[in-house]
Amino acid sequence: MPLFARLYNFAHWLTHDRASAEDLVQETYMKALRGFSSFQQGTNFRAWIYRILRNTFLTTQAGLKVSALVSLDSEDEKVVEPAAAETPESVLLARVEQETIQRALEELPLKFREIILLCDSEEMSYQEIADTLAVPIGTVMSRLSRARKAMRELLSVRLQGVPR
Amino acid sequence: MTCDSIRAKLDAFVDGAGSPQELADFDAHLRTCPACAADAIGRLQMKRVTRAAAARYTPSPEFRARLEKNVQPKRPPSWTFGWLPRLAVAGILLVLLALGVTLWMRHSNREEAFAELVDLHVATLASANPVDVVSTDRHTVKPWFQGKLPFTFNLPELQNSPFKLIGGRVAYFEQNPAAQLLFQIRNHDLSVFILQDRPGIFPIAMSSTARELAFNIETWTDGGLRYIIVSDVAPADIHDLGMLLKSAK
Repeated sequence: MPLFARLYNFAHWLTHDRASAEDLVQETYMKALRGFSSFQQGTNFRAWIYRILRNTFLTTQAGLKVSALVSLDSEDEKVVEPAAAETPESVLLARVEQETIQRALEELPLKFREIILLCDSEEMSYQEIADTLAVPIGTVMSRLSRARKAMRELLSVRLQGVPR
Repeated sequence: MTCDSIRAKLDAFVDGAGSPQELADFDAHLRTCPACAADAIGRLQMKRVTRAAAARYTPSPEFRARLEKNVQPKRPPSWTFGWLPRLAVAGILLVLLALGVTLWMRHSNREEAFAELVDLHVATLASANPVDVVSTDRHTVKPWFQGKLPFTFNLPELQNSPFKLIGGRVAYFEQNPAAQLLFQIRNHDLSVFILQDRPGIFPIAMSSTARELAFNIETWTDGGLRYIIVSDVAPADIHDLGMLLKSAK
């Protein structure tokens, strides 16, 4: 089964629950097998199957709940980058532990969590992410910047009070 | 490239997105600018630790075994052809294959589509919250779909009919978003799926009725939309609801 372990990992991050992740992965493979004729040869199989998994998740009770929480921020609004000298990642990463990163990822809203996972964990190109999420590449770029900013802020908050 | 232009696209460059020329310019800038280089290294480190932290969940061997068993195509019973020369068997199979493959594929696609629709209908009825917008008022249900679907549709006035609108939800059929509306007649539920009609999306005739696993299905297209009714009620009732939907303005 192609991408089995990776799909399961992604499903677990979406559902936060082992049983739900297993159901989601099983339904994804069933749908992929049933709808394989709709897969266009020459297009990206990975983006296709991740899109099935994500669409399936969004039709579950949990998925509908989180997708109903729509941010009022504009998707294409430019993210203000920190000043060059701050190098916030370096400062944060010097003191951060893996578990802290995992907790921050869990706390991110779904649309930020999934795009960071697709980019950094699945190492998808922007085009693959755009195909998976069915959004333009410009939206991928702005959403990713926004997601990473939110991640930095969560990590900063978590590290507040920790001696430097 | 200036620091400002680098900073605006720093995430993209670190992710390897950009034209070869842009990436080469980015690389050249980093060699001369310690501040941007430090920022880029920090972001690369963040990607690396995020990747490590995200690889958190591993499927159990039991789940893998269960899934492999479930998704494996069912094997046909093994036959013994001891008394026939293998060449003759192969010839017969080829002829049968040539004759039957087209019909089988049509039948198979049709069965898969029906099975998915019946699954969606049954799963909805089995759910504790079958619909996400609960209302008998068409003027409440229809606007609820605004912004959730890339099309709109009309719902009929049901005042003088035996049908009652229960509500609606967003469903996905063959990876396409669809409105699923739940109606009721004499305590029997009917699902109406409405989605954009595209070539091959529904592998049966433009307008037809069918029976599958004791469920009746009627489908037609109108104004670029595909309508599909699924229910266990009599075909005549399904047809009546179809007529009401067709007359909706």
